Amino acid sequence: MHHHLILRVVTKLLVGTIILYALYVQFHGDYSPGGGFQAGVIMAVAFILYGVVFSLASVQQVFPPWLVHKLVALGVLIYAGTGVVSLFLGYNYLDYGAFTPHHPEHGQHYGILVVELGVGVTVTGVMVAIYYAFAGRTPVISDEEW
Amino acid sequence: MASEVTHTAATFADHLPVLQILVPFIAAPLTVLIGSRALAWPIAFVSSAIAAVIAFALLMKTMGGEVISYHLGGWAPPLGIEYRVDAANAFVLLLVCAISTIVLPFARTSVAAEIPKRQHTLFYTAYLLCFAGLLGVAVTGDAFNVFVFLEISSLSTYVLIAQGSYRDKRALTAAFDYLMMGTIGATFFVIGIGLLYMATGTLNMADIADRIAEQGSNRTVRSAFAFIVVGIGLKVAIYPLHLWLPNSYTFAPSAVTAFLAATATKVAIYVLMRFVFSVFRPDFSFANNTLEFIIIPFAILAMFAASFIAIFQSDFKRMLAYSSIAQIGYILLGIGFLTQTGLTAGISHLFNHGITKAALFMGVGALVLRTGSSFYSRLEGAGRTMPWTSAAVVIGGLSLIGVPGTAGFISKWVLVQAALEKGWWPVALLIVASSLLAVIYVWRVIETLYLKPATGDAATATEAPASMLIPLWIMAAACIYFGFDTQITIGASQTAAQGLLAGAVGMAH
Repeated sequence: MHHHLILRVVTKLLVGTIILYALYVQFHGDYSPGGGFQAGVIMAVAFILYGVVFSLASVQQVFPPWLVHKLVALGVLIYAGTGVVSLFLGYNYLDYGAFTPHHPEHGQHYGILVVELGVGVTVTGVMVAIYYAFAGRTPVISDEEW
Repeated sequence: MASEVTHTAATFADHLPVLQILVPFIAAPLTVLIGSRALAWPIAFVSSAIAAVIAFALLMKTMGGEVISYHLGGWAPPLGIEYRVDAANAFVLLLVCAISTIVLPFARTSVAAEIPKRQHTLFYTAYLLCFAGLLGVAVTGDAFNVFVFLEISSLSTYVLIAQGSYRDKRALTAAFDYLMMGTIGATFFVIGIGLLYMATGTLNMADIADRIAEQGSNRTVRSAFAFIVVGIGLKVAIYPLHLWLPNSYTFAPSAVTAFLAATATKVAIYVLMRFVFSVFRPDFSFANNTLEFIIIPFAILAMFAASFIAIFQSDFKRMLAYSSIAQIGYILLGIGFLTQTGLTAGISHLFNHGITKAALFMGVGALVLRTGSSFYSRLEGAGRTMPWTSAAVVIGGLSLIGVPGTAGFISKWVLVQAALEKGWWPVALLIVASSLLAVIYVWRVIETLYLKPATGDAATATEAPASMLIPLWIMAAACIYFGFDTQITIGASQTAAQGLLAGAVGMAH
């Protein structure tokens, strides 16, 4: 897409904003609509948009496939690990009250934040991985022939 | 708003129900994150072994009829998700864990030969997810949670089956077929749960059971039951819904087939029992009629039709797949009797058939490793070049028929007893008659292995490596051991049957 000057400039401007918005949705998820799933998808959109406009190779330079796969696993581990921490503190699995024993509500707040972060990381990874899998296929018609 | 809460710290033993799933479930992403091919198998094996110890501890705790309830996140049911372990699911948990722990050493050699190296890390990750999913289905007491774990195990199963494509491309279509059928099954199941939620306003199985008992039968509850039975029926491979099974089992990697044949359908049968007996309760006449007039005829049909098809197969692995469909018929027949003895027969056959099929499919895996194929024409005379593998296959075959002194005999005996108890002697005769069909298809294997002159690959084959023979013989020995010592199998099955028939899962009031 070398000739699409407007698209390239607008994309460069938008990518940062999209990531910022994803982080807002991520960490504001407990007060307003949002959370890990939505934030993860928005975060992935930033990378997918970059890939669509600037080619798969350039987005994979920024975000290599091996890192994407590790992130998918890491998010699940963050989620499951939060539960394990509460388990070690003598509470039931995923009982976030364990983090602040005297004010369970606060602990639940922190727990949700961490768990949602895990969800966000995994969803970002999965969405980008799906995009890589599809975009990585050899195209039937090359980009220039359109 | 902050309120002072006193909390008594839970001990390690209290956490067993959740640790049961957590160990393999955390091991799965850990395998990817570490990303080491050398460590993938050890991680899988260690977590599977730990899970087996936990399952054994749970069974010992629940054998006396005790029910363990674990509240996830500290939220009490029916609002929170509850893990609920009684003798019935502890027994299934132990079966799944034991099979996995024994199959994994076998898998190491088999997978190395059948799947390219670069896939190994992800293969064991998918295996662990499948394992964790199956355990989750068995341990949970929340209807929607069953669906979630069922999907975790199913999705990873499709991946595992597709891994067979390096040996035979048809594994891809087999996996796709299973994906389609499995998804339809899961959809039906979740529609059923949705209808139950509509009728009762709760997702906790015990709570649903109580509310259904209060409001009695109505159209919503009846449709929910129908959707759930058909949905799970696809996963169980109840006779007319079995079409995904032969191809999946034939083309999946040997180790995957050995694991899935012994666990996946068994866990699905457990879910069916749990819903029929604990959620809908035995006094729900619609369920009883469904079992008596739909499930039992299909079970008997499966016993004959699938055995008959198995006789005419030219592929050992495919023959075993059809025989699995027939054996599922026996299990469903036992459940359909709706009596203590029948249910005991069903649950014990679930276990005995699990170990028998694991032994047989591992035997096929060893033969495939050395001869390169599971076709009878390529295995002729392998009994002479691979005596240990072949002997173990014969023991498995005898247990499949139900020869006295093997595990298969015990559960079929109890099944015949159950039929006679009900006065259904024609059914008892049919059980014996269909076992004769098993004699024919097992005989074909023995004939191929021992009586045909050795030709081609089988003539030059060497005995399978010890890493395969030891797990194979542990399973074969188990087939004989459980043919004599019935204390664990029948004992646990009886406790489980009692619990299920009493609708014991109801909330403690």
